[in-house]
Amino acid sequence: MSDNPLRDAIQEAIRDNEVILFMKGTPDQPMCGFSARTAAALQAVGNPFAAVDVLPDPRIRSELTAVSEWPTIPQLFVKGELVGGCDIVTEMYETGELHETLGAEKPAEAEAAPAPEPAGPPPLGIENRLG
Amino acid sequence: MAMATPDELKARIEAAIPGAEAVVESADNVHFSARVRADAFAGKSRIQQHRMVYDAFAEGELGGAVHALQIKTEVP
Repeated sequence: MSDNPLRDAIQEAIRDNEVILFMKGTPDQPMCGFSARTAAALQAVGNPFAAVDVLPDPRIRSELTAVSEWPTIPQLFVKGELVGGCDIVTEMYETGELHETLGAEKPAEAEAAPAPEPAGPPPLGIENRLG
Repeated sequence: MAMATPDELKARIEAAIPGAEAVVESADNVHFSARVRADAFAGKSRIQQHRMVYDAFAEGELGGAVHALQIKTEVP
């Protein structure tokens, strides 16, 4: 154990959950359009996944970025490895790779694309996915 | 970079990744999308490819002048 319990907890969560999404808000109540799209893609695949809201404490985000060396939120980890953020996950959903990565049955070609639109409102113009 | 433009981002990305060809678009010069094609991406994971694009920018630029950068990478 290090003397950084929050970083330890994040690393433990990544290790202990086969599929884990760090996002702004929750899958049912995303607080950012990019997080919403990523969670919607995972929900469309249908396999269960863990989700962590980074908003309650800014240290969650800074520690996560220190662990992953990835600048933006959301971040999807599968089997302990960073898979990507919104752009990569959306692209993988459209190609069917996300199903494969998550061990789900690939959808029939006709049903695969396009990526699902999140139910929530679209991202606001002032949104800052990096901030 | 005080005020970012698509041309500036294109030049940055192409300078950082030898042989890359970038198409950068922005409606407001704050949120950008970049399509980057490069031989250098061959054999790399998407995470690694996107990191190469992020590396074109200095600490603080992403999230600063460049509020959001959407990336799509391709191997020619």
